[in-house]
Formats: sequence, C-alpha cells, structure tokens
Amino acid sequence: MMSSSSSGSGKKFSVLVVDDDPVIQRIHRVFLDRFGFETQVVGNGKEAVDLFCSGASFHLVLMDWDMPIMDGPKATRELRRMGVRSMIVGMTSRDRDSEKQEFVRAGSDDCCSKPLTSNTVTSLLQQLHTKYH
Amino acid sequence: MLLGLGANQLLADMNRLLSLLFHQGVLDEQFLELQQLQDDSSPNFVYDVVNIYFNESEKLLSNLRGLLVDKEFSDYKKMGKHLNQLMGSSSSIGAKRISNICLAFRAASDQNNRPACLRALEMLENEYCYLNNKLHEFFQIEQQRVLAGGVRYPIQQQQQQPPQQQ
Repeated sequence: MMSSSSSGSGKKFSVLVVDDDPVIQRIHRVFLDRFGFETQVVGNGKEAVDLFCSGASFHLVLMDWDMPIMDGPKATRELRRMGVRSMIVGMTSRDRDSEKQEFVRAGSDDCCSKPLTSNTVTSLLQQLHTKYH
Repeated sequence: MLLGLGANQLLADMNRLLSLLFHQGVLDEQFLELQQLQDDSSPNFVYDVVNIYFNESEKLLSNLRGLLVDKEFSDYKKMGKHLNQLMGSSSSIGAKRISNICLAFRAASDQNNRPACLRALEMLENEYCYLNNKLHEFFQIEQQRVLAGGVRYPIQQQQQQPPQQQ
C-alpha cells in the first residue's frame, strides 16, 4: 500500500496541508504521516503564504478551496507569484470541471476531489518522485 | 474463557452494525480507509475523527438552518460554503448518504431555490441524527469489547490475585 516517500537524498517528502476544516486536518495529517511524509498543517491560504515567506519550503502543498481570510486559488496565485515551485494540488469537494480548471489556472499542478484516498496519495508520490529525481 | 466469548460476540455485533450501515449506503469504503489508519500509535483515531466531525457538522447544520429560516434570505454563496465544508468532511469520513444529500442541497442552492433547500436541510438533519446514533452505538460496543477483552477474572489459586485491567 505504501510507496517510498523519500526524496532522492533519502530525506522524507514534506507536505503542507492547507485546510480550515478540523476533520480534514486530522485525517490528512494521519494519512500522510502513514505514507511517510513530514506533514505540517495550516488553517487558511494566508498562513500558507506566510509560512513560505518565513523561509519554509515543502515538496507538496495540498490546498483546500474555501477558506477564510485567503482561499485556495488566491493563495496558489500568490505562491506562484512569489516564485514557489512546490507541487501544489487543489483539494476540493467541488466536483465541477470548471472549478477544477480554475484551480489549475491559478497555478496548481493538479486538482483532486475530496476525500483523500490511498490511491490519490500513491499517485501524488509517483508525481513527486518524477519531479524531484 | 467466558469473557473471551463476550469480546468475540461484541466484535460480531460491531461487524453486523457496520455491514448494515454499508448495506444501507450510510457509509462507504472511505470509513474503512479511516479504520486502516488506526493503529497502536493512534488507537482512538476513528473515534476522535468522528467526534470532531459531529461537533463541526452540528455547527454547520445550525448555520444552514439559521440562514434558511430567514424568509428574506439571499446569501446562497455563504450557504454554498457551509455545504462545501459539510460535503468535504462527510465524504472524508465515508458518510455517503450525507454527502449525497449535500450534493442535492447544493444543486437547489445553485438555483436559489429556498423551498428545495429547506427540504434538503430537513433530510440532512434526519440523516445526521441517524448516523450520529448508529456510530455512537458502534463506539459503545467497541468500548465494551475492549473492556471485555482486557478484564480477567481472578484465577482460583492459593493466593488470590486482584483482577487486572489493560
């Protein structure tokens, strides 16, 4: 079930979960920890932007859409404007193609529907290995 | 020996209840994904997540009702945000029927159809109550099973040992 979650240097892949829902925060943290990621969680897009501004970096950002203060597409645009090259994946309960496309237009690499599943994480790991090896 | 049988019976009761909920379409395989994440390092993971879900969902349902009872209500965008959150968390714990009702609710909201939204909200509240009751029943049985499996009767020896709980 679990693929290797280490980057080329043997270090773990790091992931930032950006979501204001405590249920999602808890599930995603445990899910990703179980797959061997180093996981950090913030509650909205502004916190994510501030974290990157402070010098933090992550291999992967899982970005929710609807959040207070700064939503997912806006935070994604801001991160890309800052030059952040992390893999950003929108996570949304909106299953409409037009909205997924908006996330991608904002600069995300992909957009997935919730819930997060083992198959989704495995696919993300494969993409990360391709990107960072 | 008797307690082992009790724990086994309770496990069978848990599995029967879960099968029923799956058969009814109340839960889907995402609930199994959560169970697979539970281990010795997070032994109460499913219970904790479900309780967080119920706490948050009650607030969201209350917000939705608060919006809809106002006959002059028009902030469908705000309602859509509450619905998206409820749908996201419901699907993440495997609450399939609730997620499906949220979809229908959102469709009504997209059409600014207040009567249809009210009907959907009522269905949602009923479904939430049912899921709440059934999952709390599930966790009660699980707790009884853990207790039944951990308590040992004193063995009849020359020196009586007090029962030990794990």
